Amino acid sequence: MGAEKEYKQEQKAEEVDYVQVIESKSFRKLMRDRKKFIVPLTIFFLVFYFLLPILTSYTTFLNTPAIGDISWVWLFAIAQFVMTWVLCTIYVKKAASFDKQADQIIEEMERGDNQ
Amino acid sequence: MSTTVIILFLAIVLLTLVITYFAAKKTQTAGDFYTAGGGLTGMQNGLAIAGDYLSAASFLGIAGAIALFGFDGFFYSIGFLIAYLVVLFLVAEPLRNLGKYTLADMINSRFDARKVRGAAALNTITISTFYMIAQLVGAGALIQLLFGIKYWMAVLIVGVMMTIYVLFGGMIATSWVQIVKAVLLMAGMVIMTFLVLLKFNFNIGQMFTDVKSVTAHGEAYLMPGLQYTEPLGTLSLMLALVLGTAGLPHILMRFFTVRDAQTARSSVIVATWVIGIFYVLTLFLGFGAAAFVGHDAIIAANPGGNMAAPLLAQAIGGDILFAFISAVAFATILAVVAGLVLSGASAFAHDLYGQIIKKGKVTEAEQVKAARYASLAVSVLSIVLALFAQYLNVAFLVSLAFCIAASANLPVILYTVYWKRFNTTGAVTAMLTGLLSALILVSMSPSVFSPIEGAALFVGEPIFPLTNPALVSVPLGFLGGYLGTILSKETDIKRYAEVKVKANTGYKRSGISH
Repeated sequence: MGAEKEYKQEQKAEEVDYVQVIESKSFRKLMRDRKKFIVPLTIFFLVFYFLLPILTSYTTFLNTPAIGDISWVWLFAIAQFVMTWVLCTIYVKKAASFDKQADQIIEEMERGDNQ
Repeated sequence: MSTTVIILFLAIVLLTLVITYFAAKKTQTAGDFYTAGGGLTGMQNGLAIAGDYLSAASFLGIAGAIALFGFDGFFYSIGFLIAYLVVLFLVAEPLRNLGKYTLADMINSRFDARKVRGAAALNTITISTFYMIAQLVGAGALIQLLFGIKYWMAVLIVGVMMTIYVLFGGMIATSWVQIVKAVLLMAGMVIMTFLVLLKFNFNIGQMFTDVKSVTAHGEAYLMPGLQYTEPLGTLSLMLALVLGTAGLPHILMRFFTVRDAQTARSSVIVATWVIGIFYVLTLFLGFGAAAFVGHDAIIAANPGGNMAAPLLAQAIGGDILFAFISAVAFATILAVVAGLVLSGASAFAHDLYGQIIKKGKVTEAEQVKAARYASLAVSVLSIVLALFAQYLNVAFLVSLAFCIAASANLPVILYTVYWKRFNTTGAVTAMLTGLLSALILVSMSPSVFSPIEGAALFVGEPIFPLTNPALVSVPLGFLGGYLGTILSKETDIKRYAEVKVKANTGYKRSGISH
């Protein structure tokens, strides 16, 4: 975001009707897209995470060997790390498209399209 | 103390002082002091986040816990890492888009209320104080062991160093100390892991087979259940770990040091890789210590297992590696406490003094001056508290800080950004319910009361069964915010719309000046 653009935004600030912006088509689409992405993945990683202490606390089947002396519980634990990195990577890819949508909304605000 | 230890120790002191010298010259405005001028790159801030986050408790504590308790020691690592998904998905970008210097700024972008800012500052101060006491007491004990000096002297050295960094170099010095520490720490971890793997002929399967026979636990060492036997207690701790990070003021403050949400995002990514790799490597250190130092020798040096990693360094790399790892541990402590001083000082100087008492009518020079005084006060207070707490068992304060952060800060952050109906009363009740329930429950818990003398602060039967009360206090924090909101009429849809637009688009990032 350049200084010039920021200055323009400052000038425009008084005139922006934010209620209209959040009701605009493009902003609602961004919110919908974000929700569709964030909510399921957040639920997924929280469930995946709590599954580990729940399974180790209430069951013992993760204690069976998987590879040599390495049992499933270790593989599940390492899977938590892999999941974290994979979700980070996916998020970055997806966020780039949210950025584009956000830029579009700002542009519309500056043009006054959604006023 | 060997000559190598002294040389490396002095090298770190010197290096950080040089950093502070250059940082001091650049620190002119309040923005420089609190946020390093907001000009850090994603890479720099990512490393600084890792440096801010990976405390001695992570480095020495987790390696020790894995060495002593096998799998159960690894639980902390997992929680501490996955917490960054909560930060990335829900908190980092809106925080960057809405805030200026502190978490209270972010919440106040929606509510212009002194009581909201006051409550947020109170949370920041409480969390930072608990975290700080735990760090300083732990640091004192560790440096005492590593360098063979007295506890009070160790606390004083760390205390004076952190004061110098923050007082003169503010966030610029703090950030660079954290970056240097992160690089040193990772280098130390990689070297140690390499040497451990060398001993196991780079055969990880062999490593698992071997550690099974070296500890007294036998097969059980590789299975969960050696340390955490209460299912609900384990879940409660795991909840505090995964949700707490996204509410820790000294971590959240780091997101104001970058210029926009995109950079905030890339810093979380860098931090998550560094922190994740770090925690995977703690496994090798823990196993290595179990195999090459042995349970009895680890316990003999420190009952909490904190000496496992340095002793392993001694065993596999001799005096030089021991000296290096000790120096890294020292740098680790310095970087974390400096971040804590800064977050405490920002709550006092910016939130309480600048915004509440002076109502924002302070000049740039006054702000910097207030920030410096507050840093000095926070440092002195922490040192005094740490000196008095020497013989107290304060290890639980770290997980308590995570619990308060998760109970008192996370609900209000999420409601502020994502809940339309949320209002001023709800913000205050969310923060106070979370804070009080965490504090009250923990004061009745086994962390504070234990029938065994010395195991906790007081001798007695705990009334509340969970060591970490997050399982109860986090839902209470959310409930408090919900009830406070729906039981009061006030609602400001315009303000919500503004926050919503700004949080999601980064629009008019610099204009939070209501």
